[in-house]
Amino acid sequence: MQIVDRRLNPGGKSLANRQRFLRRAKDMVRDAVRNSAGERSLKDIERGGEVTIPASGVKEPHFRRAGGGFREHVLPGNKEYLEGDTIPRPPGGGGGGSEGSPDGEGEDAFRFALTQEEFLDLFLEDLELPELAKKRVVEGDASGVRRAGFATQGSPSNLALGRTMRNALSRRLALRRPKPDEVEELEEALRVAEAADPAEAELLRGRIARLKARATRIPYIDPIDVRYRQFEPAPKPIARAVMFCLMDVSGSMTEGMKDLAKRFYLLLHLFLKRRYKHVDVVFIRHTHEAKEVDEETFFRSPETGGTIVSTAFEEMLKVVEARYSPADWNIYVAQASDGDNTTADNERTAQLVMERIVPVCQYFAYLEVGREDDGGPIGFMPRETELWRTYGRLRIEEPRIAMRKVRHRKDIYPVFRDLFRKGAVEGAK
Amino acid sequence: MNQILRPSRGLLFEGSDWDFDTLRRIHDACEEIAVGELGLSMYPTRIEVISAEQMLDAYAANGMPVLYRHWSFGKRFARHELLYRKGMQGLAYEIVINSSPCLCYVMEENTATMQALVIAHAAFGHNHFFRNNHLFLEWTDAHGILDYLEFARSYIMRCEDKYGEAAVERVLDAAHALSQQGVFRVPRRRIPDLASEERRERERRQHEERIYDDLWRTIPGPRNAPAAKAEEARRRALLQLPQENLLYFLEKSAPKLRPWQREILRIVRHVEQYFYPQRQTKVMNEGCATWVHHRIMTRLHEQGRLTDGHYLEFLHSHTNVVFQPSFDDRRYGGINPYALGFAMMEDIARIATSPTAEDRDWFPDLAGRGDAEAALREAWANHRDDSFIAQYLSPHLMRKLRLFHLVDDEAEDELQVGAIHDERGYRRVRRALARQYDVGHLDPDIQVEDVDLMGDRRLILHHRVLDRQMLEPDEARAVLQHLADLWGYGVLLREVDAANGAVLREHHAGARPGIVD
Repeated sequence: MQIVDRRLNPGGKSLANRQRFLRRAKDMVRDAVRNSAGERSLKDIERGGEVTIPASGVKEPHFRRAGGGFREHVLPGNKEYLEGDTIPRPPGGGGGGSEGSPDGEGEDAFRFALTQEEFLDLFLEDLELPELAKKRVVEGDASGVRRAGFATQGSPSNLALGRTMRNALSRRLALRRPKPDEVEELEEALRVAEAADPAEAELLRGRIARLKARATRIPYIDPIDVRYRQFEPAPKPIARAVMFCLMDVSGSMTEGMKDLAKRFYLLLHLFLKRRYKHVDVVFIRHTHEAKEVDEETFFRSPETGGTIVSTAFEEMLKVVEARYSPADWNIYVAQASDGDNTTADNERTAQLVMERIVPVCQYFAYLEVGREDDGGPIGFMPRETELWRTYGRLRIEEPRIAMRKVRHRKDIYPVFRDLFRKGAVEGAK
Repeated sequence: MNQILRPSRGLLFEGSDWDFDTLRRIHDACEEIAVGELGLSMYPTRIEVISAEQMLDAYAANGMPVLYRHWSFGKRFARHELLYRKGMQGLAYEIVINSSPCLCYVMEENTATMQALVIAHAAFGHNHFFRNNHLFLEWTDAHGILDYLEFARSYIMRCEDKYGEAAVERVLDAAHALSQQGVFRVPRRRIPDLASEERRERERRQHEERIYDDLWRTIPGPRNAPAAKAEEARRRALLQLPQENLLYFLEKSAPKLRPWQREILRIVRHVEQYFYPQRQTKVMNEGCATWVHHRIMTRLHEQGRLTDGHYLEFLHSHTNVVFQPSFDDRRYGGINPYALGFAMMEDIARIATSPTAEDRDWFPDLAGRGDAEAALREAWANHRDDSFIAQYLSPHLMRKLRLFHLVDDEAEDELQVGAIHDERGYRRVRRALARQYDVGHLDPDIQVEDVDLMGDRRLILHHRVLDRQMLEPDEARAVLQHLADLWGYGVLLREVDAANGAVLREHHAGARPGIVD
């Protein structure tokens, strides 16, 4: 008899099979994920979870009998029956159900759990940001160099003078290399002494000679002091993105609307986070004046005032100038609003967007949120809002602008998919 | 794990913690009883301690330690994982594999008592059954199975590298769909060799000479008919028709399959054949193991090697395992093979040692023969579930389980009680229960009937419909499609009434390109 401890064996033996299963059921799992995303609160979206797919898609068929015909069963636990008794057929048929399928199949749905990784992968899989490919190709190959400390060897052009001199100085101090002042002082004393006291002069001469000899033995700069600046190649950050969340927080925006906007932002953030090594988020809220705020304030704190949209763009441009050079950052703009704007501001807004915002950003998404009880089908509004009209005009010339209307939480995801679908840009043209 | 106390006073262990020394002591104590008192003979044992994660892996692969890759195993894994994680399903305490050495997986979470239970159950009960039951001896190769599975896995992986995962997956999908029709149910006729052929020919001639009578020559017979008949007979013999092992038939006769595809069919067929005896001996196998663990644990307790507390813990698990709810209970899910098997083993032991007058009538050979262990060993060696029940289910046990026989005829509005546990009904109940375990009766009988090799090469199969139980049509079509894909030409499945030969339904499928081109 042998006893083997298998617990330390590498786990995940079923992983390959599991992946095959997911691949096979991919379309169905993706649908399931999409549906369940509509039901989940966004905080949960990054968690994995249970999904249900139709069993028919992953069925393993076998020849088996359909039921019906003439069947016999032997059952335990008879209490009152005598031979020849008749029993009404139980609903569902089968007369005792001893034909249960062995692995619980035959149900309409197959349920299983996805890990977080799998869930998100499927969730975002068919999304692709416009222009992204281009940007990535340009930047993906760019690898720069970065400082990596000092080395004792290197090319003369990389000589780190400061560091070298510092090393030399500390060595000279440590070895007590005579300073030139010291020697000069002695020589001065010697000149005085030569005239006055020959014995003293002799002594001084000896000390000067010793000091000079010492100074030659201990060089001012020794090869061991020399340092070179070291560089190593480093891939540039593949891409960095900054996401500007602009939102109208004036009185006409209800909590529900803000909630919708928030979900959109979170989804966008989630998506960008997976696409870029580094994602910054800038929250700018505006009423009749705009301000950069932190996330908590952005969503929570109430504000009153009129609505002047252009202020938000001005604020955004200020931030871009100060911190996010378009040469280094992919800039995404997501604006949420109920569509109100002061009529006089429309022209200014249009001008800003066309001339200053769109040229620097990858994508400009405008999300118009409505109240859930507004009624009417999606995409149909009784009256077009000021902003919708304004952007609608711009969009004809500029494919990077996308706009959608959303009224319910479950609309968010399809809208999001639409906005960032592969080739959305071409489609918009 | 905490420091394990050395048990005192001859106890195997104290508390619920265990280490490898404990396992060894348990195994040795069990072996003493199993070999010395019960007369069991086992393959060498290898006990492997595994974690819950690994148990789930084992579930997905039918308990096998290695198996080729296929998405359906991933599907099974996903299902079990969900059930387990949500607490809807516990995991088995052990899995045992019919191989030599016999592999027993025991879970690390088990308490020391549970380890003793599963070692007695698997390493001795199941192991003895595998080593001695004639079905296992005939159909499985315990010494070679692990190597074969290893070969199968690497072969299929090589195929995937060479021909692509998708191509291999299509063949496996099709083979899996037909796997239940991929077993031999009776030993095959051996292809006769030349010497025996000559001997038979000589004997036949001698026989003809002996019975020669010139009068036969004068009897008029049909003319050309024999030639065509002979041609058909020859074809059928060459194709070994009718053939119920569809995978074997395709492997040998499908015109367009490539060699590696045939090999994959063969692998699936071998794996299925390996599991076939297990399907036929569920009640006996579990009954044997349960009876053995019950005896061993009881003896250990009697010997003072288990404390009362441990013995009660064992009894608690044991009664859970052999619990049989009544048919009208919400928990009822068919007859529990552990319960029926254990009850029958107990009953056989009772009949052998202290029979009643009734037992003497029913089991004249068995009643009062004394050596219960020997009687059980014989039963374990020589039967499978249906024959075992037909032979050994006693009136006493039928009364105890209150078995009754229910007839469900689709043509009638109501179910009818066919027989109950009374003098008139015993034999009918027993026969019906035995049939319920007859795999040959449960699986639909589907055979390759003929193939038109000269014409359109259509393959013709017959399903012999018993008791008007037709195939589930949608699934049948799906399976037939797989079959046609492998065969490479059209396939026709006729459902034929076994009683009068009437054709009840026909299914067609044409080959899709993909597997064969």
